[in-house]
Amino acid sequence: MTTAPAAPDDPFRGSPWPRIAAVALAIYVVYACAQLEVSWERLQSGLGNAAHFFSRLFPPNFSRSDLLIKGLTESLEIAILASTLGIVLALPLGLAAARNLMPAWLSWPARFVIVAARSLHPVIVAILFVKAVGFGALAGILALTVASIGFIGKLFTEAIEEISDKQVEAIRATGAPFVSVLAYGVLPQVFSRFIGFATYQLDSNLRNSTMVGIVGAGGIGGTLFAAFQRFDYDYVCAILISIIALIMAGEVFATAIRAIFIENATFADLFRRGDALRHVRHTEDD
Amino acid sequence: MLELKHLSKSYVAGTPVLADISVGIPAQGITAIIGASGTGKSTLIRCINRLVEPTQGEILFDGTDMARVSGKTLRHARRHIGMVFQEYNLVERLTVMENLLCGRLGYVSPWRAWRRKFPPEDVRRAYELLDLVGLAGFANQRADALSGGQRQRVGIARAVMQEPRLLLADEPTSSLDPKTSVEIMELMAGIARTRGIPVLVNMHDVLLAKRFADRVLGMAAGRIVFDGPPDQLDDAMLKTIYGGEDWLH
Repeated sequence: MTTAPAAPDDPFRGSPWPRIAAVALAIYVVYACAQLEVSWERLQSGLGNAAHFFSRLFPPNFSRSDLLIKGLTESLEIAILASTLGIVLALPLGLAAARNLMPAWLSWPARFVIVAARSLHPVIVAILFVKAVGFGALAGILALTVASIGFIGKLFTEAIEEISDKQVEAIRATGAPFVSVLAYGVLPQVFSRFIGFATYQLDSNLRNSTMVGIVGAGGIGGTLFAAFQRFDYDYVCAILISIIALIMAGEVFATAIRAIFIENATFADLFRRGDALRHVRHTEDD
Repeated sequence: MLELKHLSKSYVAGTPVLADISVGIPAQGITAIIGASGTGKSTLIRCINRLVEPTQGEILFDGTDMARVSGKTLRHARRHIGMVFQEYNLVERLTVMENLLCGRLGYVSPWRAWRRKFPPEDVRRAYELLDLVGLAGFANQRADALSGGQRQRVGIARAVMQEPRLLLADEPTSSLDPKTSVEIMELMAGIARTRGIPVLVNMHDVLLAKRFADRVLGMAAGRIVFDGPPDQLDDAMLKTIYGGEDWLH
């Protein structure tokens, strides 16, 4: 007869560190609140002010619609130009950065450019470009182009690095030149994901194009900021509603593009099959 | 036709996967390479069209030493060597027709290929071949919509599109059921015979090798331990190739 192994004292014995970390976090939260003078009284006075502010937002005032439409149009132009330019530049850059296809002397510099383009927030980049090229839409376009290169370039590189080597190997074995290997062995494998990234970036640029105006880089953001400073809260409300409408229209447009390219849907299908369009969502949230 | 001289390959220095292989492949007929997994069959096949870099030795294909060429010369030599893969290696998101025309990429400029402007003659041959492999009407289907047997038929048609002077096949039936395997081998053997293309095929199914091959090479531990017609492949020989004997009965 064999004896069963002795039961350990505590079958659920774990490390004490998670508990210590939780206590440390709680202490830090209290400390940070004290540092920033966040208190219950402060919250109460803030909420009272918020109620006053929200009551002044309504009803929205659309009377200065010419300025509103001009700002929105400019934002839309900034978003589309920046997305187009960003995609065109990110494609070769993302390809050059893929370590499974390119030599190290090419992929490392390409990766460096992509990381650099991602490392600063679009608003900071927009401020830099306003200082460099002056106030206006050009600065906004350049800022969002840099953001697009960073985002699409990184995801495109990752998509290429994850492709199946077998398909590439088969094309190489036919004696195809390198460019044809890319066109037939690599691009078909990443095309649908690329469309996903590109439409997501368009969506993101549309949102950001309404904001770069705050730092003087063109678009509706400048109008919004001015309205805030003049306490024209009903006009602020009109601008916010218009931005939300623009973003929603952009979302519908992006979904349509994805459906057509990724799922081979026809334009008429878009109005028919809501459920069929839902399943492809490759992009990551940023 | 194809002459390997003292071919060696080590992925890790000091442990050769191929050890000093010297063998000639004639310009006709099917040569099957059999052997246990990990004896270097795939490596041998892949050295020939340089999907794997050989460590030492010569690979004389139509007088060119494949082991020495690079760049354009290598690509031009590869055009004449068709290859069929175990997992078909079709471009999944392209259509059957596009996959077939991949076999012409070595002949068509990238710019024309990108715009799908293949010579009409290539397209006509692609339709003929589709018909021949029993996939007439499948031209516009995407490759990922096909079954395994259908995919391998596309794989064979793609290789034949190259108008190869040598056909390599790396375990072409190992992912298929027994019935489909026989059909695929029959298709390949038929094409090889009617077009006079020599075939070098890896397989681990001994019965299939005996049935279709004109000549069998048995590999064990990176060396060729048997070279002869399939009817000389008796139990004693199989024991030498695969080791052990319990599995024979």
